[in-house]
Amino acid sequence: MTTRNVKFSIYRFDPEKDAKPYMQDYTVELDSTEHKLLDALVKLKVLDDSVSFRRSCREGVCGSDAMNINGKNGLACVTDVDSLKQPIQIRPLPGLPVVRDLIVDMTQFFKQYHSIKPYVQNDTPPPDRERLQSQEDRKELDGLYECILCACCSTSCPSFWWNPDKFVGPAGLLAAYRFIADTRDTATNERLDNLEDPYRLFRCHTIMNCVDVCPKDLNPTKAIGKIKDLMVKRIA
Amino acid sequence: MVNRQVVGAHYGLRDWLVQRVTAVIMLAYAVAIVAFLLLAQGASYAAWQQLFSCTWVRVLTTVTILALLWHAWVGLRDIWMDYVQHIGVRLTLHVLTILWLVASLVYAIVVVWGV
Repeated sequence: MTTRNVKFSIYRFDPEKDAKPYMQDYTVELDSTEHKLLDALVKLKVLDDSVSFRRSCREGVCGSDAMNINGKNGLACVTDVDSLKQPIQIRPLPGLPVVRDLIVDMTQFFKQYHSIKPYVQNDTPPPDRERLQSQEDRKELDGLYECILCACCSTSCPSFWWNPDKFVGPAGLLAAYRFIADTRDTATNERLDNLEDPYRLFRCHTIMNCVDVCPKDLNPTKAIGKIKDLMVKRIA
Repeated sequence: MVNRQVVGAHYGLRDWLVQRVTAVIMLAYAVAIVAFLLLAQGASYAAWQQLFSCTWVRVLTTVTILALLWHAWVGLRDIWMDYVQHIGVRLTLHVLTILWLVASLVYAIVVVWGV
């Protein structure tokens, strides 16, 4: 079996031991069946079990292994290791507090997500069976519901870096539009009120880093534009 | 004062719209001025003076200056909101920005209406 060596430079930080973060070099030998960055990181963990990172499904569905790969946020499990320039620089997602090595504290990110009430709200009496949608109405949710909340987008957004406590961020706003666009939801006005603030929605300056990094090829900027359109429609 | 996260100042949409509308006004004015320069080849001081002696040119110019300053206010405040985290410093910068913009407005009106 042919093998190849892949060079890494990995961000290391253990707040209990280290005064400040540093980069550590590793070389990992991969065999011909190992293609993804996550395969390499799992192998690296055998060499040095102190390297910490999150991963779970290893197929781009759970969103656990989001990290900064050669300066760009992405999921290790769906990133082709041979497509990356070596030494591959791996850092934690930017803008969030580092718990250890590549593990960040996502509290702020999920706080923003929860602030948009990510569930269908409907004050009409429930029908005998489920609430139905036309195929056309359902189509509006395409490109919105697929978000896996990996935080690649929000942590690549400068507006989220500067105001993570006040700006909802692209992931949260995409989710917000997912429920605004849902015909089964009756809280549209409250949802728009909740976002009509100079910080919560309008910190978005259309930088579009979110679109650039999304591993699911979603477009939060487009969703944000649609929320703004609805707000204009509401007052005009 | 309790340390609470407060959001909900309902001027987000208004300012976002203002920024776009004022941009359109400035663009229209810029196109008109460029068209004048092209038509009145090698615009002389006399031609300028004649143009700005029309009341409606002065009015439109004043409207554009207002649009420019309002646009600048929204943009500059956005910068302070993004990068300046200390509320006292930010508020001071807001006030200084407003003073500077109002002073610019007064000076611009003196120039435009004093030709």
